[in-house]
Amino acid sequence: MARLTINGKTQDISVDPNTPLLWAIREQVGLTGTKYGCGIAQCGACTVHLDGAAVRSCVMPVAAAEGKKITTIEGLANGSALSKVQKAWLDHEVPQCGYCQSGMIMAVAALLKEKPKPTDADIDARITNICRCGTFQQVRQAIHAAAKA
Amino acid sequence: MMTKTPKLNRRSFVIGSAAVGAGLALGLKIPFGASVVRAQDGSPEVTAWVVIRPDDTVVIRIARSEMGQGTLTGLAQMVAEELECDWSKVKTEYPTPGQSVKRKRAWGDFSTGGSRGIRDSHQYVREGGATARIMLVQAAANAWNVPVSECSAANSVITHKPSGRKTTYGKVAEAAAKLTPPEKPALKDPTEWKLIGKSVKRLDTMDKLTGAQVYGFDMKLPGMLNAAIKDCPVFGGKIKSYEAAKVTGMPGVRHVVKVGESGVAVVADTWWQAKTALDALPIVWDEGENAKVSSASIAAMLKEGLDADQAFVANQNGDVKAAIAGAAKKIEAVYAYPFQNHAPMEPMNATAKYTPDRCEVWVPTQNGEAAFAATLAASGLPADKCEVYKIHLGGGFGRRGAFHDYVTQAVLIAKQMPGTPVKLLWTREEDMLHGRYHPVMQCKLVGAFDSSNTLTGLHMRLSGQSILSDVRPEALQNGKDPLVFQGLNPSGDFGIGYTVPNLLIDHAMRNTHVPPGFWRGVNINQNAIFLECFMDEMAHAAGQDALEFRRKLMSKHPKHLAVLNAVADRVGWGKPAPQGVYRGLAQMMSFGSYVAACAEVSVKDGDKVKIHRIVAATDCGYAVNPAQIERQIAGSFVYGLSGLFMEECTVKDGHIEQTNFNTYDSMRIAQMPKVESIIMPSGGFWGGVGEPTICVAAPAVLNAFFAATGKRIRTVPLKNHGITLV
Repeated sequence: MARLTINGKTQDISVDPNTPLLWAIREQVGLTGTKYGCGIAQCGACTVHLDGAAVRSCVMPVAAAEGKKITTIEGLANGSALSKVQKAWLDHEVPQCGYCQSGMIMAVAALLKEKPKPTDADIDARITNICRCGTFQQVRQAIHAAAKA
Repeated sequence: MMTKTPKLNRRSFVIGSAAVGAGLALGLKIPFGASVVRAQDGSPEVTAWVVIRPDDTVVIRIARSEMGQGTLTGLAQMVAEELECDWSKVKTEYPTPGQSVKRKRAWGDFSTGGSRGIRDSHQYVREGGATARIMLVQAAANAWNVPVSECSAANSVITHKPSGRKTTYGKVAEAAAKLTPPEKPALKDPTEWKLIGKSVKRLDTMDKLTGAQVYGFDMKLPGMLNAAIKDCPVFGGKIKSYEAAKVTGMPGVRHVVKVGESGVAVVADTWWQAKTALDALPIVWDEGENAKVSSASIAAMLKEGLDADQAFVANQNGDVKAAIAGAAKKIEAVYAYPFQNHAPMEPMNATAKYTPDRCEVWVPTQNGEAAFAATLAASGLPADKCEVYKIHLGGGFGRRGAFHDYVTQAVLIAKQMPGTPVKLLWTREEDMLHGRYHPVMQCKLVGAFDSSNTLTGLHMRLSGQSILSDVRPEALQNGKDPLVFQGLNPSGDFGIGYTVPNLLIDHAMRNTHVPPGFWRGVNINQNAIFLECFMDEMAHAAGQDALEFRRKLMSKHPKHLAVLNAVADRVGWGKPAPQGVYRGLAQMMSFGSYVAACAEVSVKDGDKVKIHRIVAATDCGYAVNPAQIERQIAGSFVYGLSGLFMEECTVKDGHIEQTNFNTYDSMRIAQMPKVESIIMPSGGFWGGVGEPTICVAAPAVLNAFFAATGKRIRTVPLKNHGITLV
């Protein structure tokens, strides 16, 4: 059993406390926007926010997330109003297959919270998600656009 | 806007399909007479490609798969161009392979690979749109009782010019669907296009920003169980035994089942439970003879082929042996390219539900028809009792087109628990160990020069794997695999861009037990490195500029030359580069398009490569959506340069050694060069976009690396030389 607060909603879920947060979010809570890509915190497809900071949920036991504010891609927009990162992503048509983009967007949203005007060097240091389609050129443009918005 | 799988109203569907003659290859003439084929919501289908709802929503059917490359939007643009519909009201949906079989392939080929999505279907999808427009206008003219020549259509509105009367597609669709389609609809001249060639926004972006996009991996069905699988890590090996009793009591575990001869799966309430139990399951493999194979033994076999007497010839003119024997100077080099895994971000998966009367599969696939065939074979049920529903792909890159091993496995598991839907998801580790790898290849090149340093002969001997001999042996030509020579053929979609007086390009086929596949770009990836780096070597040996040396050989290849000139002009070839920056060129013809690139790099400490800028030109004939082409070009450098610097699957004891992104790395944003695209469609042909540019990425950078360091690197990946991309 674990008590999780996800996207503002607190719920008790029946899960082994060692289960990675990613799988609790997907399988017990039923939010499937957060993706599995590697299971060893290499690719970032599973990135969610824990008290506002980006974490790779595939290696974090669900027990470690109890009592914290978890935000997933589904909770980033305010109702139907997209967040500024999502808006920039839409304007710049960033996604190709889109599979890595939930994690990419969550990583960028956390970066902008900490550094509202990131330099290219900040982006290079902090955004380390893998995208096999190769959207990086658009990702960088969209980050700068979101920072200006 | 989500692409949904349409469900046809069964009754009207039967009537509609019964009315279709057997000789109508593409089904564009559906429907005949007064029988109307309807979508699930009852809206009439005007042609197989176009359903129009009473509220004027236009639903365009897309047979090819969307995996990020933008084909969904491009194909819809082409139908809409001829349909003259309101683009803002366009939605898309995938027809199913089962419907395609019933309707005699009304939507043509489902296969989405070889950069063929648009270039192989442009004709019939535009005709599908044009046919629907003609029928809609005719229906309006009939209703008004006026000559059709007095009516015109634009933006989903039909106007009777003399009277000014107007109606909409939604109002006349029902009547239009009952008309007899025209025989051969005339298509617009390209100069009249309004939508093709425009960078309209993709139709599928929004759901990818909010987590709403459903991938195969996200499938949920009532009562569904989850499966994790391990297949014998040595290709060709089998399962000897496993101790199911050790894990059956673990949380959530429902079944432990054998899958074929070589796999075992744990089926549980959740996938994490299944995976946890599978990791605890003791398994004994019968690895077989292949366990003796290693990267070294494979390399030795290929090396032998470099000088073997027997080889398949693809391109030959003059007498290369005599030219080499009589050369005033000759140079020789051996290159090598490794196995590589596609590693799409979404690991392989499929969801299957089986009963003795019906088998259904939900799967991210590049080829719905091939997934359907795998479903039939694994279920043992006939086509009318099977169906496949295509789901958006989290990347494909060639892994999900010709191979549906994961579909076979999912059905074999579901068969052992009839009535229960099962979602099979591979771990990344399973994905890395059971790929269909980029073929392994070596190449020996010999260039001959006369006393004035003019190139007189070139011999390229390829030695290595054939994809076709493993995947489609019936496509071999007297034993020869024509695909091996992509980019090196005398002419065609993969024609070489040089004329050499004495030329021989041949292939000693050396196959391994490691299964090869179509890795985005396929064989031209290594061929471009071999040819374009050796071109640089030859220019250097002849004491000539790399661009000028090429130009002399390209006078009979104006389109190849045009893209090369375009990048050279843009980058300022011949003028000094910024301090410490060095340039490299490459050009090829690939998947029907002409591509070239110039890379600008600097190298620190001899092994830290920074790519400052890449200029890339593409002549794809017609550019349907330039903004999406730009994205495919930029993305091609991520795929191609990850391959060049980081990716190699090595073989030890018969299995692949790399199991995840920690040992099989992929480029990150910090390493991404600035890519400037030059899209220069010259018209008159349709070339591909998703793959062509990948092949010029590596040789352009390798040539720039040589310019910077004087070191010629001939084996990939560069990490084996201690060289990193920074």
